[in-house]
Amino acid sequence: MDASLIVVAVVLTALVFDFTNGFHDTANAMATSIATGAFRPRTAVAVAACLNLTGAFLSVQVAKTISGGLVDETLINPVVIFAGLVGAILWNLVTWYLGLPSSSSHALFGGLIGATWVAGGVHAIHFDAVLNKIVLPAVLAPVLAALTAMAVTYLALRVTARAEPGHVSRGFQVGQRVSASMLALAHGTNDAQKTMGVITLTLITAGMLAPGSPPPSWVILAAGCAIGLGTYMGGWRIIRTLGRRVSEIHPVQGFSAETTSAAVILTSSHMGLPLSTTQVCTGSIFGAGAGRRLAGVHWGMAGRIVLSWSFTLPSAAVVGAAASWLAATGVVGVIVVAVGGVALASGLYVASRRNAVTAANVNDLPRPATDDVAADLAA
Amino acid sequence: MTIDWATLAAIAIVAAAAAALTTVLLVAFAVVELSPRSGRPGIDGADDGGATRAHPAVGTALAVLCLVAAGLIVSYGLYLIVA
Repeated sequence: MDASLIVVAVVLTALVFDFTNGFHDTANAMATSIATGAFRPRTAVAVAACLNLTGAFLSVQVAKTISGGLVDETLINPVVIFAGLVGAILWNLVTWYLGLPSSSSHALFGGLIGATWVAGGVHAIHFDAVLNKIVLPAVLAPVLAALTAMAVTYLALRVTARAEPGHVSRGFQVGQRVSASMLALAHGTNDAQKTMGVITLTLITAGMLAPGSPPPSWVILAAGCAIGLGTYMGGWRIIRTLGRRVSEIHPVQGFSAETTSAAVILTSSHMGLPLSTTQVCTGSIFGAGAGRRLAGVHWGMAGRIVLSWSFTLPSAAVVGAAASWLAATGVVGVIVVAVGGVALASGLYVASRRNAVTAANVNDLPRPATDDVAADLAA
Repeated sequence: MTIDWATLAAIAIVAAAAAALTTVLLVAFAVVELSPRSGRPGIDGADDGGATRAHPAVGTALAVLCLVAAGLIVSYGLYLIVA
């Protein structure tokens, strides 16, 4: 297969992944700020987009490995990376359609694991690393964030219990603008690096860059713009889930959740045990909801989110494996995978338009299930 | 299966300390000190231990101090992001 063709395919696919990563993760920083009115919806995504773009330029310490040691790196080639990215993109789109927050990094790792499995067999997968770097942190991170946010929210509510409620809300809304902005900046710094790393390492494996080279300027710019544009598009379906369908969020809770998320993410990154931004933020929002009133949290939604997390790795792996098997057959296989991916993505987009969630209705309260049934019957 | 419990515990303690015992409570105290008194009961209708209020001038000074301290923590967070 022509090396330049597959490299172009990988670069374009990596940028599409970065775009989906951006709109999938807008909710992490901005969902509670939009729900409490600290930011208007359009302002929130614009601020998040600018800060994600800025974050992409703040650090170019790209990962030295694509898979983070989860698979045998010697088997990773541009075809495997392409297939892994396709698996990650499709899982991101499916969870976006369902309005469920899930980790884009885990989807990428799942896609790479599936693709590498096809390329090198089961022995190419380092299951110990998968358990220690993905499964256990996925279980512990949201619990840690939720417990911290619950305690923080409870204390903040006790301290402000006798103050004038309107004043408290306004004060914490200002705080939310700062905490949400910090989360968006941290997201841009961390997540844009992933795409830069994927593209840079692909260029190195294709012999287009010398080993150990930093990402070229066009890679930094393209990755920053892709994640910024994706963020600006706003993953409104996930924003609605985290902002309106976890519990009724007040500014005190929003500020507590965002501050807890920022503290956990920055501390864990600083200590060399990076945790999923999505899982930490989701855990914090549930914890902040529970810190006000345990019964006020929609635990059914928590169950759905946890279920989607448990399916992230295997689902992306299955798609990555299928894409790897097809793409390895040659140019026609790569084209089939690309066309199939675009068709599935278009289908999800068209399906999403039937029940569109936009900046205009993102803060609408969820309808009771009986209303949905009645609407379906009427249709 | 290995879990780096020491690092995880450190993350929990540092994050909890940074988020709960400092930033959020500093902002909460500042908001309380800058807020007009409502005289309303606590969230459960009883004396719930809500923060007591200082003299207005002292309260404003305390609020400024709290916000400056919170600002320093935020600045350190920004430093961690950029560095």
